[in-house]
Amino acid sequence: MTRLFKAATAAFFSMAVFALPYGAKADALDDIMKAKVIKIAVPQDFAPFGSAGPDLKPVGYDIDVANLIGKELGVKTEIIPVTSANRIPYLQTKKADLVISSLGKNPEREKVIDFSVAYAPFFSGVYGLKDLKIAKMEDLAGKTVGATRGAIEEQEVTTMAPSSATIKRYEDNNATISAFISGQVDLIATGNVIAAAIAEKAPAARTPAVKFVIKDSPCFVGLNKDEPKLLAKVNEIIAKAKSSGELSKISEKWLKAPLPASLM
Amino acid sequence: MRYALQFGDLLPYWHVLLGGLIFTIVLTLVSTIVGIGLGTVCASIRAFGPRWADAIAGAYVELIRNTPFIVQLFFIFFGLPAAGVKLSETTAAFLAMVINLGAYSTEIIRAGIQAVPKGHLEAGESLAMSRIEILRYVVLKQAFQKVYPALCSQIIIVMLGSSVVSQISAEDLTYAANYIQSRNFRAFEVYFVAALFYLVLAISMRAILRGIGHVIFPKA
Repeated sequence: MTRLFKAATAAFFSMAVFALPYGAKADALDDIMKAKVIKIAVPQDFAPFGSAGPDLKPVGYDIDVANLIGKELGVKTEIIPVTSANRIPYLQTKKADLVISSLGKNPEREKVIDFSVAYAPFFSGVYGLKDLKIAKMEDLAGKTVGATRGAIEEQEVTTMAPSSATIKRYEDNNATISAFISGQVDLIATGNVIAAAIAEKAPAARTPAVKFVIKDSPCFVGLNKDEPKLLAKVNEIIAKAKSSGELSKISEKWLKAPLPASLM
Repeated sequence: MRYALQFGDLLPYWHVLLGGLIFTIVLTLVSTIVGIGLGTVCASIRAFGPRWADAIAGAYVELIRNTPFIVQLFFIFFGLPAAGVKLSETTAAFLAMVINLGAYSTEIIRAGIQAVPKGHLEAGESLAMSRIEILRYVVLKQAFQKVYPALCSQIIIVMLGSSVVSQISAEDLTYAANYIQSRNFRAFEVYFVAALFYLVLAISMRAILRGIGHVIFPKA
């Protein structure tokens, strides 16, 4: 009896070993459909893409797009708040299936993750107090610029600013905003959207004005590499939302402007 | 597990890590000296000073010991500019660490002072020594000898706590690790190396402090 049991166990495990390669190849999309829930990482510190609403739940452009994707797939959307610094590690460690966090595309990131088609307009620049005479990157020589670590404009300023410029990197957007409003820095490299939010909340003496544009960089959804089915499905949902006008409605609601033609 | 370790990706950034390590060491060194000095002064005031001075020092100690270090740091860096005091992040980091270590070491040293037998103070008084002379020649050396291990532990704790200054963009070891991670996304490798650096730093500091203890306090 024991011998038969041992033989049966051995047979079971050897069959299980053959099953493994098939299990490893299953696309994340299949896992999501099976579990009936999609985990999407969204920003919690970056209005209007994602910030804490009055009931402390995240609300914003990215959350609306995340819920749209979940609805189109017919699964429950689990919203996971993240910061600029940890959003890609969350994706890599499979704590999230998608990252919809005003994510910009650059070659370094493309080495590590995949990007969908663009879903939101976004440009970044250097902002400062009105009377500062800064018009291009070279004018930053000898000046101090604040930025959020890991964000696209921080990486751009690090590579392109003159070597005599000092760059102060803060851990998240709120710290960068605090640094500007409190007067710790007089220039910040950030997105148009953050600057508008600062202008709403800051006293008149600390209102930021755009000095020059660093990059026009629309937002993309981030996915792990080697997930072609999920990528194709996400692109399909975004394209449908663009043509039906649904995405433009979200843009009107949060950015007070329809989708630009360059995004369609 | 499908993750492949890539420590090689950290090599182009070795100078960033080194810079951060040096900043942490210098920050800890300077804050330790000034912080222990502040602690000695406050402990002496609390043990021998007038009631009102004791109350003020006591309020300072209770405030700092019962609030988180990062909150104190943010208050100094983000809050003070509203009152017109704008400090660079290095100055703010140094100030926060001195104030923090000062409060904790005040209580540690005061415990040592209270452990000095009263007979010694009375002996000093009977030799017509002034208060300051008694403090300097009789009390403090004995107090320090008694609490030296606790003081060393507190110094190490403050050194490890210094990693928080990365939050105000002071360029310490943790800031360097965060920076490298934001460039090559090798979180596992870079934080492993950073933790290793802190570990080596803490062990080295403990050994050095123990050596200093043997020199200053030879076994009677």
